Amino acid sequence: MTLVATLPDPLQDVAPPRNRSGAAAWMYWLVRRIGLAVLTLWFVSILVFLATAALGDPVRAILGRDYDASPGRVAALEDQLNVDQPLVQRYFSWLGGLLTGDPGTSLASQQPVAELISDNVLNTLVLVLLSAVVMIPVAFAIAMVSAHYRRRRGDTVIQTVLLTLAGLPEFVIGVLLVALFSTTVFKLLPAVTISSPTGNPWDSPDAMVLPVATLVLAVAPYVSRIVRSTLLDVLDSDYVELARLKGIPESVVMRKHALLNAIVPGIQVIALQLAWLAGGVVVVETLFSYPGVGLQLVDSVRNHDVPMVQVLSMIIAAVYVVVNLVADLLSILLTPRSRTAISS
Amino acid sequence: MSTTTPPTTPSTLRRALRQRRFTVGLAITLVVVVFAVVAPFLAPFGENEVAGPPFSKEGLLGTDYLGQDVLTRLMYGGEAILLISVLGTLLGMVLGILIGVVAAYAGGWWDEIIMRLNDVTLAFPQILLALVVLTAVEQPTAWIIVVLVGVSHAPRVARVSRGVALGIVSRDFVVAAEALGERRSRVILAEVLPNMTTPLLAEAGLRLTYSIGLVAALGFLGFSTDPGAANWGQMINENRLALSTQGWAVLAPVLVIAIFTVGTNLMADGIAQLAQRGGDR
Repeated sequence: MTLVATLPDPLQDVAPPRNRSGAAAWMYWLVRRIGLAVLTLWFVSILVFLATAALGDPVRAILGRDYDASPGRVAALEDQLNVDQPLVQRYFSWLGGLLTGDPGTSLASQQPVAELISDNVLNTLVLVLLSAVVMIPVAFAIAMVSAHYRRRRGDTVIQTVLLTLAGLPEFVIGVLLVALFSTTVFKLLPAVTISSPTGNPWDSPDAMVLPVATLVLAVAPYVSRIVRSTLLDVLDSDYVELARLKGIPESVVMRKHALLNAIVPGIQVIALQLAWLAGGVVVVETLFSYPGVGLQLVDSVRNHDVPMVQVLSMIIAAVYVVVNLVADLLSILLTPRSRTAISS
Repeated sequence: MSTTTPPTTPSTLRRALRQRRFTVGLAITLVVVVFAVVAPFLAPFGENEVAGPPFSKEGLLGTDYLGQDVLTRLMYGGEAILLISVLGTLLGMVLGILIGVVAAYAGGWWDEIIMRLNDVTLAFPQILLALVVLTAVEQPTAWIIVVLVGVSHAPRVARVSRGVALGIVSRDFVVAAEALGERRSRVILAEVLPNMTTPLLAEAGLRLTYSIGLVAALGFLGFSTDPGAANWGQMINENRLALSTQGWAVLAPVLVIAIFTVGTNLMADGIAQLAQRGGDR
């Protein structure tokens, strides 16, 4: 940020300036922020490529015990992975393929990677978005209830439960939910997603319940705890005290004064948790056999299917970067102070 | 290091022991650790000994998919997870603190570059980093998993320790030590680090919780160091199909992992509360 601009007139500061220089400042901020995101992804691509292609010996890993026995297959695989080319050249041809939408051929099925993953990307997006839609109101509601009962037993109980849930790995939550609702205690919901090659997993909604519930329970505690502590800060502030002295009912204070101020920190932590979900789906999808990116990634890692792993991990990293970008943008748009800081 | 803290404030450990959340967490953690450590002496069967037909009700918790005793496997299954998560957490803490404190202490361009690169590694969910590296590895060894856990923690630890260190490097006693001409490494080791112990201990507790989850998750996904050896994460995976018929084979390891992570998380949260309240930041 260049701070050469003179201090703005306080009257101008009230309304966000709508002149051209304000728009230019916004564009500058956006371009800079997107540039950083692209730079991050570029570094990520280097990291992914080095980790999969240079750290170990993929050919040896794929063939296992057959490595010494069949030199013909070794040569064929080395040819497909272009092992004879220098590393830098291989990286750039891979990056070029990735950018032009031709990310290579799967080693396990010999089909184009793009064809294999497109359905799964959609399935995972649906799962994550559905979880977010359920999680956000739940987390805010719990935080509001907890803040309402602060320094009383209700708050202590809720906080202890949240702390317990926050420490549990997601597959532990998942298995416990399965035992509770589908196999051992009650037999209400299916334990796995039965995927047909033509249909979508959300065709049978009751099979979506447990995966979504697992993700919500894994993520909501963090969001709730952050929102609660923000709510408490606001509830102790002077202007809330004034509102109470004016005789505004506590429920209105909570809704209008406290909740609106907790939204921006809420967005930051939701973004962090959504990005975390991009990794959490790996375990949850495997547990429920949900046909998404995570399940596919685990299968590909087991098969040492290098081209698949490279593309899938780039997709997950890209989701992370984009979610963070959107969260930054949203929290600036919703905070009047930082809005004016950019446009002036 | 305790010699450098002022004698008027009791040590972090002593203050933590007075806190209920910490002591409960510590007690839970110790019970699980003892349970895992006594396996070779108290387990009713050998680690790979067949105790009965697969998925039968013989023994306290029944048998697993190969007919091994579940209680025995449960007791043996902790050792690998405990060792790998503790070592991985230590590695991650050392790497992360080093990166974070150097970035905060150096400041300026170094700070900017180090933290930008740090953000890049943050773009990887932790389990993804482990999976990407394991793609090209035929059979993971314990050390590979320790390094993966440590490296995936490091950027997150670095962010926290940089934040804590930023509040310290500008304080008078650090400036005074620099003015006396002390070496940079000594300033960091003797002046900055001892004043970060409480928040860093809280972070270590949190990281240990995540390490356990991460190592167990890798076992659950089928990436364990020794396919024959008992391992809590792997037990869940091996016996999954019998959840409705021989539930203990799955639920026992799940519950042990749950109890253990709750214990370490309570400890971490207890120390974190000290860090917020006590003024030694």
